[in-house]
Amino acid sequence: MAVALILVLVAVGSVVFHLVSPWWWTPIASNWRYIDDTIIITFWITGAVFVAVILFMAYCVYRFRHQEGRQAHYEPENKRLEWWLTIVTGVGVAAMLTPGLFVWQRFITVPDDATDIEIFGQQWQWSFRLPGPDGQLATTDTRLISPDNPLGLNRDDPKSQDDMVIEGGELHLPVNKPVKALLRSPDVLHDFYVPEFRAKMDLVPGQISYIWFTPTRTGTFEILCAELCGVGHPQMRGKVIVQEESEYQAWLQEQASKSFAHLTPGIRNGTVMPD
Amino acid sequence: MGSILFFLSILAILATWWLSRQGLASKPWLEQGETAVLPGLPVQSTHPATIGLRVLLAVIGSFFALFISAYVMRMQLPDWRTLPLPPILWLNTAMLALSSIALHGATVAVRRGERTELKASLIAAGIAALAFLSGQLVAWQQLVGEGYRLTANPANDFFYILTGAHGLHLLGGLVALARTTEKVWRVPATEQLLLPVELCATYWHFLLILWLVLLSIWTGWAGEFVDICRQLLT
Amino acid sequence: MVDVPLGSTGVVAAPDVEDVELYHPHSWVTKYVFSQDAKIIAIQYAFVALSVGLVALVLSWLMRLQLGFPGVFTFIDANAYYQFITMHGMMMVVYVLTALFLGGFGNYLIPLMIGARDMVFPYVNMLSFWIYLLAVLILVASFFAPGGPTGAGWTLYPPQAITSGTPGGQDWGIIMMLVSLMVFIIGFTMGGLNYVVTVLQARARGMTLMRMPLTVWGIFTASFMALLAFPALFVGAVMMLFDRALGTSFFMPAIVEMGQPLDRNGGSPLLFQHLFWFFGHPEVYIVALPAFGIVSDLISTHARRNIFGYRMMVWALLAIGALSFVVWAHHMYVSGMNPYFGFFFATTTLIIAIPTAIKVYNWILTLWRGDIHLTIPMLFALAFIVTFVNGGLTGLFLGNVVVDVPLSDTMFVVAHFHMVMGVAPILVIFGAIYHWYPKVTGRMLNDGLGKLHFWVTFLGAYAIFFPMHYLGLMGIPRRYHDIADMAFVPPSAHTLNAFITIMALIVGAIQLVFVFNLFWSLRHGREAGGNPWRATTLEWQTPETPPPHGNWGRHLPVVYRWAYDYSVPGADQDFIAQNQPWPTRTSGAGHG
Repeated sequence: MAVALILVLVAVGSVVFHLVSPWWWTPIASNWRYIDDTIIITFWITGAVFVAVILFMAYCVYRFRHQEGRQAHYEPENKRLEWWLTIVTGVGVAAMLTPGLFVWQRFITVPDDATDIEIFGQQWQWSFRLPGPDGQLATTDTRLISPDNPLGLNRDDPKSQDDMVIEGGELHLPVNKPVKALLRSPDVLHDFYVPEFRAKMDLVPGQISYIWFTPTRTGTFEILCAELCGVGHPQMRGKVIVQEESEYQAWLQEQASKSFAHLTPGIRNGTVMPD
Repeated sequence: MGSILFFLSILAILATWWLSRQGLASKPWLEQGETAVLPGLPVQSTHPATIGLRVLLAVIGSFFALFISAYVMRMQLPDWRTLPLPPILWLNTAMLALSSIALHGATVAVRRGERTELKASLIAAGIAALAFLSGQLVAWQQLVGEGYRLTANPANDFFYILTGAHGLHLLGGLVALARTTEKVWRVPATEQLLLPVELCATYWHFLLILWLVLLSIWTGWAGEFVDICRQLLT
Repeated sequence: MVDVPLGSTGVVAAPDVEDVELYHPHSWVTKYVFSQDAKIIAIQYAFVALSVGLVALVLSWLMRLQLGFPGVFTFIDANAYYQFITMHGMMMVVYVLTALFLGGFGNYLIPLMIGARDMVFPYVNMLSFWIYLLAVLILVASFFAPGGPTGAGWTLYPPQAITSGTPGGQDWGIIMMLVSLMVFIIGFTMGGLNYVVTVLQARARGMTLMRMPLTVWGIFTASFMALLAFPALFVGAVMMLFDRALGTSFFMPAIVEMGQPLDRNGGSPLLFQHLFWFFGHPEVYIVALPAFGIVSDLISTHARRNIFGYRMMVWALLAIGALSFVVWAHHMYVSGMNPYFGFFFATTTLIIAIPTAIKVYNWILTLWRGDIHLTIPMLFALAFIVTFVNGGLTGLFLGNVVVDVPLSDTMFVVAHFHMVMGVAPILVIFGAIYHWYPKVTGRMLNDGLGKLHFWVTFLGAYAIFFPMHYLGLMGIPRRYHDIADMAFVPPSAHTLNAFITIMALIVGAIQLVFVFNLFWSLRHGREAGGNPWRATTLEWQTPETPPPHGNWGRHLPVVYRWAYDYSVPGADQDFIAQNQPWPTRTSGAGHG
């Protein structure tokens, strides 16, 4: 009796906890509302199954608890019932998987109008690179990394001349513009994770991975590293600041003058700076 | 991970075939008593050690299949420089094949009860296997001499590790072979020798096949073969 | 009633060990230390594994103290914290759960349940234990090595695992970890060969595969999987050891570490992840399948009802075992691998949910119209279902590739796998210990202490891990030794963390009651008799309890029926032992 009651309490308590919990995801700030929707579908289906299984079990424990003279019913199997349960489970699984796969297709298909940017994670800070006016990022090589060239840009690549490097600073993004972030690491695995964007992807040394999203809300969001990268892992934070287009342009101008002057002082005179 | 999945599919097919003969669809609650028991009983003619060896070979096979998977994945990265195979490897291959043939001869001899031939083939197999192992060491020396050191390139690393692992397995086999050979002198009843000799022979054949697979990968034949299969399929 | 004639000629299933002389040990040492008796080896395995488990439990306390009360315990700095989580994870998954289920329960139950005298290769079996002990000693020794144990996380991902930014990465920690794992795998392979071949070759006369208890099926399937999956870890460990010790570049690309270029080139960190999870995912089921098997038998015995849909249960076990080899990359959805793999692995992962769900249905349908005795093993089995269903369902979140994206590497994952492969199997282990302790010692464990242990463990563990999901949903990443200054985390989350820590301390402490019970009942427990649960399976039918070496005296049992003849209509008792030739059912007597 008590056991059945506690089982019921566990099931009901879990549902109540879910409904009143103050701990819930952060307000979304990107286009990945689909992901939230898929999670909600999954919550409904799995929640229903959980409650049904536990309540059924609690009922059995109450109804068929040992009493004097009770004998269990002898029934080795029931093919029909088992097949029905299998089919219903299959349908439920398909109902979760299908939307999931569609959203995944979107997740990995970058729209054509997305701007390339680079996110560079190293032990234990974030750096960024914007493509500059030509809209293209220069090639890089880990072996070129030096104090003068912290991201290892290939200076022989003409596209490198207007690339804008923001070392250990804040990433500014215009709102409602899709971004394709190329992810690169010179040392160990990291993971670019902004809870409000939902999206996340590992940075793998030796290769370039990518992720795309569209910021849909202005504000300042925290970048976390979500892949263990050594003792400084929890301190590896950054900021992404999503701004209205006009503010973003203003910031860009300011940066461009700073970084252009800093990175390539010789360009205006028509000479290439020797590295 | 293609090669490990291929290897596991073969195991899965074997397991399915075996399970299909075990009455997995029977309803055990309907059969009772010994009359129902006997027809369904698996025939237990095989010695546990034989089964044990087969399972062990599956484990070793899985180990090497995984290594080959890693090899293939690593090979596709741009810094890979294939290393030349020292010609002595062909001599070594012949030695290992000889060793395997000699052990096959030993199983024939032990079945016929011919003890002299049994002794001769066991010793021949041992000597040929030792020759193979020393040949492998020579191959290592030659490669190091030509500058193909460990850590210079992953192709070299894989070569040393795979030949080393294969050699260690053969070394383990040699221990068993030595004990078996010693037994031939000690035990008068030939029937008791059948099992250990057969076990050694199975293990040796397996290591020979494994060696041929490795060799075919290093020579690139395996790659070409896979390409041809792929073309046939598409 | 028809008497089945005994002694008719047939094939003798068990290896012919008529010479019972073999089973008289010569000294105390060969009887209790270097024993070749599978039952003694099982106890040795269980003792070592439970001891490692207690160490791992203390480690979990330490890390929970840091998470719940950050900054209070200053000796738990980031270095120590990462070492604690790494050792806790690796110990629990490999050295406790795998060793306990296969080495402990496998060794004890396989020979007894299939009616054999012992494992087929007793000497190899003994070596298996001693090599396991060696692996444990190497692992524990790394605590005292210069630089301490590795703090790379139990997944040991390179390059991080072998670089200087990680505790033990450039010291002895990672080397000892890898060596210990390799030793463990060698030892396990010896044991695993025994378990598999014993089931294949040493079954008593009449014990067809479909008459085996599900416990044996579970351990058998899991052993087979482990034999094939552990080599992947071995290969990964060998290659990483070369990378670490000899400077090869299997997993190491060109790296600039803290401004210093390392002399590495071209390697692939993802290659290690593939190898690791090719082992790591089957490993989850290597732990789960024995638990599935054992819990089936606990439920059936204590509900006095045959396990519902026995055939489906066997097929589902085999299906899960096979499928578990083609789902590994669902741990790598956000690893930067080819994103198109996501479609394949999400599909296979969600397909595996179907046979798993069938097992859950059949467990609860076994309760339906049963005669449920709420004994302690039964309580643990019920609690297993609650936690396993909970953890299994959150697995559907993480397996479904796009849902995994926001949740992976958060506390949601930690909560999920602790629920499904931490709490759930450990509840089964407890249930199984309460169930089989009378066979091992001849005495019952104390009931009152058992109930106390059960309720605190079950409700406490649920209270730890259920709310933890919501921290992950909020976005708190795992493996953060300090979450104090995250902008999006409300103060209430820190309160919740403190609550979880307190629950963890309570649940951990109550295990001492269990340990006390184990030792106290050895002398003071109620006498159990041979078959206290009135169970059908062979281990309860031994002539002596606890069974001596050789198990069966002069005559091996003959098996006349499947393992689940409970409450058979027309029988005079509510169970018929497997080796009992009568009473046969009159035809038509109610099989549905």
